[in-house]
Amino acid sequence: MQKSLLIQPVKCTGCRQCEMACSFEKERSFNPSRSRIRVFDIHSEARFVPYTCTQCAQAWCLQACPVDAIKIDAATKAKVVNDNLCVGCKVCTIACPFGTINYVADSGKVAKCDLCGGDPACAKACPTGAITYVDAEQTGYDKMRAWAVKTDTQSHTHA
Amino acid sequence: MSWTGKFLRIDLTKGTVGTEELNREWARQYLGQRGLATKYFAEEVDPKVDPLSPANKMIFTTGPLTGTAASTGGRYSVVTKGPLTGCIACSNSGGFFGNELKNAGWDMIIVEGKSPRPVYLSVENETVEIRDAAEFWGKTVWETENGLKARHQDPMLRVASIGAAGEKGALYACIVNDMHRAAGRSGVGAVMGSKNLKAIAVRGTRGVTVKDPDRFIKATIEQKKVLADNAVTGQGLPKYGTQVLMNVINEIGALPTRNFRDVQFEGAHKISAEAMHEPRVTDGKANLATNGACFGCTIACGRISRMDAGHFSIATRPQYKEPSGGVEYEAAWAVGADCGVDDLEACTFANFMCNEHGFDPISFGSTLAAAMEMYEMGVLTREHTGGIELKFGSAEALVKMAELTGKGEGFGVELGLGSRRLCAKYGHPELSMTVKSQEFPAYDPRGIQGMGLTYATSNRGACHLRSYTVASEVLGIPFKSDPLATEGKAALVKAFQDATAAFDASGICIFTTFAWSLENLAPQLDAACEGEWTPDVLLEVGERIWTLERQFNLAAGMTAADDTLPKRLLKDAAKTGPAKGLASGLDKMLPEYYQLRGWTPDGVPTADTLKRLHLA
Repeated sequence: MQKSLLIQPVKCTGCRQCEMACSFEKERSFNPSRSRIRVFDIHSEARFVPYTCTQCAQAWCLQACPVDAIKIDAATKAKVVNDNLCVGCKVCTIACPFGTINYVADSGKVAKCDLCGGDPACAKACPTGAITYVDAEQTGYDKMRAWAVKTDTQSHTHA
Repeated sequence: MSWTGKFLRIDLTKGTVGTEELNREWARQYLGQRGLATKYFAEEVDPKVDPLSPANKMIFTTGPLTGTAASTGGRYSVVTKGPLTGCIACSNSGGFFGNELKNAGWDMIIVEGKSPRPVYLSVENETVEIRDAAEFWGKTVWETENGLKARHQDPMLRVASIGAAGEKGALYACIVNDMHRAAGRSGVGAVMGSKNLKAIAVRGTRGVTVKDPDRFIKATIEQKKVLADNAVTGQGLPKYGTQVLMNVINEIGALPTRNFRDVQFEGAHKISAEAMHEPRVTDGKANLATNGACFGCTIACGRISRMDAGHFSIATRPQYKEPSGGVEYEAAWAVGADCGVDDLEACTFANFMCNEHGFDPISFGSTLAAAMEMYEMGVLTREHTGGIELKFGSAEALVKMAELTGKGEGFGVELGLGSRRLCAKYGHPELSMTVKSQEFPAYDPRGIQGMGLTYATSNRGACHLRSYTVASEVLGIPFKSDPLATEGKAALVKAFQDATAAFDASGICIFTTFAWSLENLAPQLDAACEGEWTPDVLLEVGERIWTLERQFNLAAGMTAADDTLPKRLLKDAAKTGPAKGLASGLDKMLPEYYQLRGWTPDGVPTADTLKRLHLA
């Protein structure tokens, strides 16, 4: 089964445990500025929103790369940057509509979410279940269920 | 590892930036943050120093777990000599500033001297500059934070700054970071203002590492589960915040009301956590918009509130229609019950004011309560207050006085002196509800006896965060004790004080202690830090910190006579509730406390005690 990250902002408290887990997984240090997932504090709306690569099927970053440094992982379908091939040209950062692939000055390469080989550290670290790793074809299940609960309560009461 | 091993020394008089290696021996003895910074401070600053003079220093300091994945590991503290109290001051704050400083590669920043003109400190990893702040002087905390982000073209900048209250020297001005988290008590913001230091802006991208990463991750995961499974940290605090206490403390007759004349407030439910959840009649929305976490915190007790756009108070302040940091329990009590105000929106307005202008809502509310009592007695009149009726229960008076105090205008200047100085000025020192000139927080020591000893002996003046015996006396953590009894409280207070000092030295939030003891903290520290960190070692570190703070205060001129409570609490019995007929039994607890601490009957640590703690 192909899985994908499911992000539910309404559950996020803005604690940044995901950012620490991601940077630790990739860099062995706690460094939110190096995290591939970022939490945004939408202060004016009192909302927190974690955001990262959605692993588009037709990935713009992959198509834009002039040296074919971005490949699709066979098992997870994640779009993965090969550091040995990446030349740091940043064309992928222009191509990505969502801003989720970014240049890292220290390495001279780009970095993006690679789903940690199928066991994403952010999802494991999230204390509120705002980030989960689920069946890619059923990411809407919980939302559907929530609406299903609200549907047709009137006739049920009258039954 | 864990400590970055480096700190900054900023001399504002000379305009110089220096870097130094951390004293590792002191780190072993004092751990970090509250402990290690107090050691540096005590070594470098004359205890008799005038707190608002250039000779006073201030230390912005992180702990070894700040910036790590340990739950709540985002704290920083400001250590200085407090202008409100004349004691050692250590004010602790959450938000995101602490992590940013640590990630920039610095354990702490020692600030000394006084700049000839307004400046701010810019820290971008190793690039550290003292920069002109003329355009920000006179601006609010919120304007300053947004303005610095714009000037640096960096939305990820983290800023700790002061508002007009700190610039003008309100004695309980605080330092606010991330818009609404604060190093709140003892007037640390006034010290910053006296140095012409408007703000510290930090951006850190260096990363924080630990000694044994795999063991550390395992330990932090285990301990996060302990927090999640605990009823207080896993359910009560996330849902209701600290405000969960309002109705509970009122019920047990320990909610100080109208300047501690009463111990129960008839309007408590209207300013409680439950009220914050209720949709308003006026606009159908609840005051509480969401809960929010500080950096790394898996509890997430913070309140984000949305005011009623139609409330009378915000006609002139459109920025208050956006959500911001809402009232926590201590603030809601101080500006609410203690002033007899039961208008939740007015309390929220006052809290927003405190955040926007940088002053402590506990001390402000308590000082206003004392002023209201003097107004009702006729000691203060409309001539003093600028025509405002300073009556208990007046939301209008609260709102107006919050604005004047924040801006340092009119009668707000006098309120900015704090309760002790204000009451003394008008000839009624007995009406000041303070210890060592610092205002009480939200627990009446007649209804919760352990808190009387907590307040009397706190090294930074009256404070609930030095030994929160409410946990035991009300919530039964780690064991239930009778809130009306004095027996056993000396030992309880000492144990809580020492353990709390160790937590405050680690970079961890004290709210974890509803679920964690030193047994839960030690494995995380031991995996993160060089050396061996056991619960016993940490307890000794905590006791050492406590005793060092005491030594500083004694050298500053404090004596056992300052370890006391106002007469109102010692002589006037509670009128209602479970504590009816009871005054504080401080005299029954204090001698035993001194003895347990290894201090003389005059409250001075003996030579043996100092030797045992390696303080002599």
